Amino acid sequence: MELKSKAPSGPIETRWDRHRFEMKLVNPANKRRYKIIVVGSGLAGASAAASLAQMGYEVSCFCFQDSPRRAHSIAAQGGINAAKNYQNDGDSVYRLFYDTVKGGDFRARESNVYRLAEISAAIIDQCTALGVPFAREYSGYLANRSFGGAQVSRTFYARGQTGQQLLLGAYSALALQIGLGSVKMYPRSEMLDLVVHEGRARGIVVRDLVTGAISSHSADAVVLGTGGYGNVFYLSTNAKGTNVTAIWRAHRRGALMANPCFTQIHPTCIPVAGDHQSKLTLMSESLRNDGRIWVPKKAGDPRAPQDIPEDERDYYLERKYPSFGNLVPRDVASRNAKAICDAGLGVGPGGLGVYLDFAEAIKRLGQDVVEARYGNLFEMYEHITGESPYKQPMRIYPAIHYTMGGLWVDYNLMSNVDGLHVIGEANFSDHGANRLGASALMQGLADGYFILPYTIGDYLARVSPKDRLPADHPAFKVVEQEASGRLKKLLDVNGSRTVDSFHRELGKLVWEHCGMGRNEAGLKKALQRIPELRDEFWKNLKVTGDGANFNQSLEKAGRVADFMEFAELMVRDALVRDESCGGHFREEHQTPEGEALRRDDQFSHVSAWEFTGVGQEPRLHKEALEFEYVHPSQRSYK
Amino acid sequence: MGRVSAFYDSLVGKKIIMAATGFILFGFIVGHLLGNLQIFLGAEPLNRYAAFLKSIGELLWVVRGVLIISFLLHVISSIQVALANRAARPLGYAHKKNIETNYAALTMQIGGPLIFLYVVYHLMMFTFLTTGPGYSHTDVYANVVASFKVPAISAVYIASMLLLGFHLYHGTWSMLHTLGISNAKSNGLRRALAPTVAVLVAGGYISIPVAVLAGLVG
Amino acid sequence: MKLTLKIWRQAGPREKGALATYQVDDINPDMSFLELLDVLNESLMLKGERPVAFDHDCREGICGSCGFMIGGVAHGPLKLCTTCTLFMRHFKDGDTVTVEPFRAKGFPVLQDLVVDRGALDRIVQAGGFISARTGSAPEANAMLIPKQNADRAMDAAACIGCGACVAACPNGSAMLFTAAKVTHLGELPQGQPERNHRVLRMVSKMQQLDFGGCSNHGECEAVCPKGIKIDFIAQLNRDFLKASLTDEMETLKRV
Repeated sequence: MELKSKAPSGPIETRWDRHRFEMKLVNPANKRRYKIIVVGSGLAGASAAASLAQMGYEVSCFCFQDSPRRAHSIAAQGGINAAKNYQNDGDSVYRLFYDTVKGGDFRARESNVYRLAEISAAIIDQCTALGVPFAREYSGYLANRSFGGAQVSRTFYARGQTGQQLLLGAYSALALQIGLGSVKMYPRSEMLDLVVHEGRARGIVVRDLVTGAISSHSADAVVLGTGGYGNVFYLSTNAKGTNVTAIWRAHRRGALMANPCFTQIHPTCIPVAGDHQSKLTLMSESLRNDGRIWVPKKAGDPRAPQDIPEDERDYYLERKYPSFGNLVPRDVASRNAKAICDAGLGVGPGGLGVYLDFAEAIKRLGQDVVEARYGNLFEMYEHITGESPYKQPMRIYPAIHYTMGGLWVDYNLMSNVDGLHVIGEANFSDHGANRLGASALMQGLADGYFILPYTIGDYLARVSPKDRLPADHPAFKVVEQEASGRLKKLLDVNGSRTVDSFHRELGKLVWEHCGMGRNEAGLKKALQRIPELRDEFWKNLKVTGDGANFNQSLEKAGRVADFMEFAELMVRDALVRDESCGGHFREEHQTPEGEALRRDDQFSHVSAWEFTGVGQEPRLHKEALEFEYVHPSQRSYK
Repeated sequence: MGRVSAFYDSLVGKKIIMAATGFILFGFIVGHLLGNLQIFLGAEPLNRYAAFLKSIGELLWVVRGVLIISFLLHVISSIQVALANRAARPLGYAHKKNIETNYAALTMQIGGPLIFLYVVYHLMMFTFLTTGPGYSHTDVYANVVASFKVPAISAVYIASMLLLGFHLYHGTWSMLHTLGISNAKSNGLRRALAPTVAVLVAGGYISIPVAVLAGLVG
Repeated sequence: MKLTLKIWRQAGPREKGALATYQVDDINPDMSFLELLDVLNESLMLKGERPVAFDHDCREGICGSCGFMIGGVAHGPLKLCTTCTLFMRHFKDGDTVTVEPFRAKGFPVLQDLVVDRGALDRIVQAGGFISARTGSAPEANAMLIPKQNADRAMDAAACIGCGACVAACPNGSAMLFTAAKVTHLGELPQGQPERNHRVLRMVSKMQQLDFGGCSNHGECEAVCPKGIKIDFIAQLNRDFLKASLTDEMETLKRV
């Protein structure tokens, strides 16, 4: 299989413009005859569904939550980047493009990234028009802040709830279309499988989570905006419901999965408090601006942190990285925390945590200033842990936060399966091996508002609505039967372990071997353990109730079953990518300072995997990456 | 759908009508109180005031008409709102703890009808003179004193005025809110206004039977 | 610590429900209330019993999925807090706590603590939006919005749509939810052209969906995890009155 990226050539500034002109258009009068399925209602899904419906297409939108407004985009705190240059600090489309390619450690497509930077400004306009209450100056102009170590202030924000406000904007645009009847919304509906017939995506099979009814939905094109797979790690900052099922099922039906080993860790999360822990909560990275990170020099020091004298503390980031200190990038801070804890020096329950200390900042700036800067974060921390960061250091630990990998798509956001489009975090594009802060929201909305609505037309113009299959076509019936068969199988195991116990074990396994630091021995061990665990899952799982009902443990079981298969691919990808880059750190490949060491001669490509069967070795396809504008260089934070 | 019927069909519209008519009735209650308090000036001023009211003829009926219509609208819309509110939670909670609301707000639907019953009784006693110990059509002062000398009548009166106070306590606060005459800055003021109004009105009315029973009047 | 839970169990929308009593031991004070239910559910499942169903997703207080009555209060005893961020250290060892679903005619129970809050979506669909077609937006800084308006809009827009206001209201009213959206968009210049339509249509839709009216009890504000103020209800009333007096009545026919 040859992977055609369809990325245009020529001067990068003109590529998207020219491509838009060259794409085929669907006649306005014909649009209503085409039917599009959008799965997922986050930033990407909701904005796409709303925009497509405005254009006249007939749209059906599905989400597993009780309302499209609950999608996990809502939890994004920090902000959204846009190359507006409102601060007159030298920002430009080119700079945002450059920062994103470099930030992604040279594993993203230049054409895609440039387009993203180009569209970024229009996103802010659109969101403002929809009523998103972005932060303002007293003059009434939009406010910006610098975020995630960027050298320019290009981040727009709405308090600490930017994701919420952007999602509610897209949700309101979607609500308008639902009210008009141009989008049919299916909440509490989970996509169980994709239907591919004669090489084209024809529709999906869905389970109504309230009644348990399984039904088929046919369309001319299918769009997946179903988010990332961070929950394969069980403990992550993702919402509990986020899952890999939609993209994994599409993968099993022929769509290639690209770079699954590119996962992002956030260094400042609240550590695990005990075995009951169900998810992790992220604290804004800005805390590292004034907090100092340390652990006691003596392992298992029983003293309270305040009682440990200065010379018995190890401020390990300041020691190892004198110029950047506590402000080293996310991945460096995360890896160092893990290394310190692995060496037995961690603090708090289970020794999985390091101190983030504000005592010095309070002394230097005064409590008032610290409170003004971080008051709400301190409150949130105290609310969750019962400890006051004013009196004792916070405890933090890294956690999985975002996944850069996903289904492979071309420049038109279409997968290698005709008609199957993938948007937002669910696809692999744009962020390369590492995502910059405040770029996830930008990408989700760029895909949904401004890219897919044009590019999908290029596909639709080539197919006829007359060829759409009826939903009772045998192609659908077969997939329906397989889906209900799978549910029945899950219910019939009747073993003695709950879904969560399997999920937790899988999560620990991949976190240990395919988390922040990865090495050949560990990855090989995981590759051996995952199939064993999967076998046990199918032999010893306990799911109560039946499938003809609202049954949350059955929903979970289906999702974990897919994680069990997906995890193996993620680990394999990490093993095969024998280099370090971005969020993927292979311990074998680091500079003497412990920096990720890329191997551009061998791995300057996208790894796109083809499914060949459960437990079978997948087939690897490579899309070579060329860098005409931003030339690969090595980062250094010494 | 006409503008008026659309407005009235809405629960928010009905609440606004309740608030507006409540305001008119409140105006009457205050005026009536000020008139009644003339009892402390002696028999002559009060009787002169009563005679004056009767002398204005058609105008009195206009005022009465407005009051009667306001009263009916207030009662009918409140019944309709109450029924809709009750229907909105067919199955109640096994355990419900209220945090912010108060007894006065929760008992508007009990206090309202009781006040209605009292108004009928009050009209029968002092306007139609079909009940109670007062007989004179001209000597209002004597009627009042004679009535309040009967402890049972005073007790019913005082209890009813306490109910009215409760009703006004929530009503004043609620009215301003429903009419949208409120914002974050004036919240403290409105919070203070409601009990003040309630205490002044109820206290003013109650002072009359108390004074009669204590022998200060009559 | 130990807790006795009296939880509403109801197998389906049309089944009868009742409170059932469960004893949970070995509670870690750092658990959230949802994690307490996780622990209970694990033990129920291993016994072959149906676990307690409850809605949840982000577990960090922003998605609005979770929420039920804990000890008679929506989202439990702590102010400005969702159920998922309510930690067990706020309970006393040996307490008995009643756990019930949000109750309103507009929120039918689907199972146990799970209710259908789709009615809130339908209220938004009636008018809780600005009709700005994708691609038609003007330059964002072409329209200046005073900071105090943007801030007030944000205060109202912070609503997470959890439905606690409806659950706590003695009248089962969705006024706070509706008022928050009306105020959010009404506070912004972009929201002015549709301001009358919005309030008339949203209020009318709310009523159609069997929610009660507002009696200004203030229970909604008291339980709102995001501290949405009932001042916004006054704003809605004002907007409604103004729209009723001035709007072309075409609006209402379209509801």
